[in-house]
Amino acid sequence: MTAGIWIFAEERNGKIKKITYELLSVARNIANQTGQEVSAVLFGKGVSALANTLGQYGADKVHVADDDRLAQYTSDYYGKILANLIIENQPSVVLLGYSSLGRDLAAKVAQKVDTGLMSDCTGVEIINEQLIFDRPLYGGKVFAKTICPEARPVMATIRSNIFTASQPQARYQVEVVNVDIHLEESDLRQLIKSVVTQIASRPELTEANVIVSGGRGMNGPENFKMLEDLADVLGAAVGGSRVAVDSGWIHQSFQVGQTGKTVSPTLYIACGISGSTMHLAGMGSSKCIVAINSDPEANIFKIADYGIIGDLFEVIPLLTEECKKMQKASDSYQTIIPVAQ
Amino acid sequence: MKIAVLLKQTFDTEATISLDSEGQINRQGVNLIINPYDEFALEEALCLKENYGGEVTVISAGAPEAQTALSQALAMGADKAVLVTDDALAKSDEQAYALLLSKHLSDLGFDLILAGWRAIDDGSAQVALRVAERLGIPHINVVTKLEINDGKAVATRETEGGSEIVEVSLPAVITAQKGLNEPRYPSARGIMQAKKKPLQKLSLADIGLSADQVTPKVEIISYFMPPTRSVGKIIPGEMPEAARELCRLLREEAKIL
Repeated sequence: MTAGIWIFAEERNGKIKKITYELLSVARNIANQTGQEVSAVLFGKGVSALANTLGQYGADKVHVADDDRLAQYTSDYYGKILANLIIENQPSVVLLGYSSLGRDLAAKVAQKVDTGLMSDCTGVEIINEQLIFDRPLYGGKVFAKTICPEARPVMATIRSNIFTASQPQARYQVEVVNVDIHLEESDLRQLIKSVVTQIASRPELTEANVIVSGGRGMNGPENFKMLEDLADVLGAAVGGSRVAVDSGWIHQSFQVGQTGKTVSPTLYIACGISGSTMHLAGMGSSKCIVAINSDPEANIFKIADYGIIGDLFEVIPLLTEECKKMQKASDSYQTIIPVAQ
Repeated sequence: MKIAVLLKQTFDTEATISLDSEGQINRQGVNLIINPYDEFALEEALCLKENYGGEVTVISAGAPEAQTALSQALAMGADKAVLVTDDALAKSDEQAYALLLSKHLSDLGFDLILAGWRAIDDGSAQVALRVAERLGIPHINVVTKLEINDGKAVATRETEGGSEIVEVSLPAVITAQKGLNEPRYPSARGIMQAKKKPLQKLSLADIGLSADQVTPKVEIISYFMPPTRSVGKIIPGEMPEAARELCRLLREEAKIL
């Protein structure tokens, strides 16, 4: 294996997305073990300046396609350029995020270059020069170890929040390669008529470090304000169980579970969620789970690291206040430090 | 309008998964359902047929048991069903399924191909997009609203942190997301009628493929269960104390806050 480990860098509004740093860390690790270099592929409009950042996070080389026609993602344009790049350069591995864009692009490109694709991977190891990817099945109720023994490149999409991004390092030799872009108007069959971007005051559910989530016990949409208040103190995303979504209390794009989003934040606070197998499938890989529920028999307590049995309408505002107090204390602590020095 | 719906049978979402003595997934006693996202695709196809006329064919590839999922689809209102089943498919991956589905789809010819955006079992979210690519037709992925007009599909698709409206010319592949519609239940009359509708079972040879053409590129070498989470602490006391203690534990013990 000498042909290089590639990652697809995702960018939005001039910023590299977190999953990209996680991919670079995975790629660096494979590259170091196999003596290959890491290349990032960066597409968009006005994105060239971000290439150096990718270098700081582990890329040796960055292929940049900077073009007006790439301002908005379309699988037609992005797919054509990425597939052509892969055919030209023959990398041994291509990794993308299991994100909205990554899933769409990966399947398209894997088909174009006629290779296998392992989706939503949560683990990578190399045994006897064979790359082995762990894939969750049935929403993480069981996992499979998968390989792509013959076809090249090996392609995989990686779940966000599983791998830790490396600390950025000042690197001097990031080689930037400008991609020759050959696009015809007829390549684009997907006409984007309008784009709605939600003004996000909170992090995206799948990328959030902390998620505050509500279920049946929330009793109604008006009570989600309480979760939002706690979320805003913690810089968290707000999610909901299937019951909360099906009752119309929270939009379905915030559903956590086997028929919603799969999340693995550092902290998951489940409020009034009983913990059905479907819900656990979507959040069971969270690093720390807190459950607040009035029913001591609720299933969620079986997997929670910390539980409070009680009325969530009493507990959550108290918790919000405690978190605020703790933050104030730590803010003043941080401002005192330089003075003390 | 000729509409095809790609349909997969999966384990029930409430199913508990275990491994047997050989380390394979235990299928004994597991309730099987239509993949919920495929059900949205089917419902959309049925609505389109009701509004514009046409014919809905449901197509599945997999184990012989998938016949029950197809019967249910017929009872919901689909006109025809096709099940491609073959021992050679036992270890097949997404590209193999995409190959055989696209082969059959192109033989029959369709204006619109609908599928769930992913299956809840392997979550790979690949087959429908690979089919589109193989057939050389456009796709719109993760759709929550669909309109068909004048040979064009206009769809709202979910993206991270928002949505977009995309237009493509037919034929096209559209993948369904939750929110697209509310799938109907089969009526008693629908169940009776379904028995008379064609449900065709085909082997690989029947659709003009040989076993070596569906050799998987990706192989599963083993399965393993996720680490079990140990039961944590229930924080005792009155609520104000419990909330304070939780904050302290999250900071000092879990080192999160």
